Amino acid sequence: MMVISSQSEISFQALKSGDRAEFARLVDLATPAIYRLGLKMLGNSQDAEDVLQNTFLKALQSLDDFEGRSSPMTWLYRIAVNEALMLIRRRKPQVEIADEPVGESDDIIAPVQLTDWCCLPESEFLTAESKKALDAAIQTLPEKLRAVFILRDIEGLSIQETMEALGLSDTAVKSRLLRARLHLREQLSVYFGGRLKEEINK
Amino acid sequence: MTHTHTPRCRDLLGSISEYVDGSLQDDLCRELERHLSECENCRIVVDTFKKTIYLYQSSSAEADLPVGVRERLFKRLDLDEFAKKA
Ligand SMILES: [Zn+2]
Repeated sequence: MMVISSQSEISFQALKSGDRAEFARLVDLATPAIYRLGLKMLGNSQDAEDVLQNTFLKALQSLDDFEGRSSPMTWLYRIAVNEALMLIRRRKPQVEIADEPVGESDDIIAPVQLTDWCCLPESEFLTAESKKALDAAIQTLPEKLRAVFILRDIEGLSIQETMEALGLSDTAVKSRLLRARLHLREQLSVYFGGRLKEEINK
Repeated sequence: MTHTHTPRCRDLLGSISEYVDGSLQDDLCRELERHLSECENCRIVVDTFKKTIYLYQSSSAEADLPVGVRERLFKRLDLDEFAKKA
């Protein structure tokens, strides 16, 4: 989110005219966010680094097509998401394509987990194990929902910026975001609900 | 734990994402809040939904870039000459 405030300093004109120092500045500003996006999309550091490198290579190649209608950051997010999705597709055995419709359906699955785990001690949410559970839960999201959730809730983009980065309508972003959040709520409820039981049985 | 989700609960849950983002229309917002005061299940869903988002938002900021990532990136982009600063 720090990136968003300072990105305005990046000169669109300088980037377009091939100013390498300005591009290097953009790389430094955007690297933490793009790396994090890769990490959350793919779930491992090697793939995250591939996404990071490919994103900026693509950006260099497509500077001519960048019209500045969205911010440089949104433009980079868009490239990065595409790179991440491509890598996921390459990693994935063909069979799993049958899973896709799940992410596409607009049906909201009624909540199943109804444990109120909010009251767990704050320290419980900060353990390494809890963080692992958070990361693991993201990996269970269908990719298309994962991308929306990461941009909106982890990277802190607005609905509008998420629409621009993913080339999606307002309705599509909101619907995917809702389904992603509900899905993660179920996953975390299983995990933290379990922690709660342990707390009580202590 | 039993859960009796009425069609009403289901309708309202369709708007909880906008509700927690603060972008839900006033009248729908009031309607949802009235329901939450009467429906324990929905209250739990909304609370844990908020908490879920909050946990992800607050866990994301800290991640440091592993050693060597920036250096390899600058090399790959042929930007070594600018790698010194920052
Ligand atoms: Zn209800």
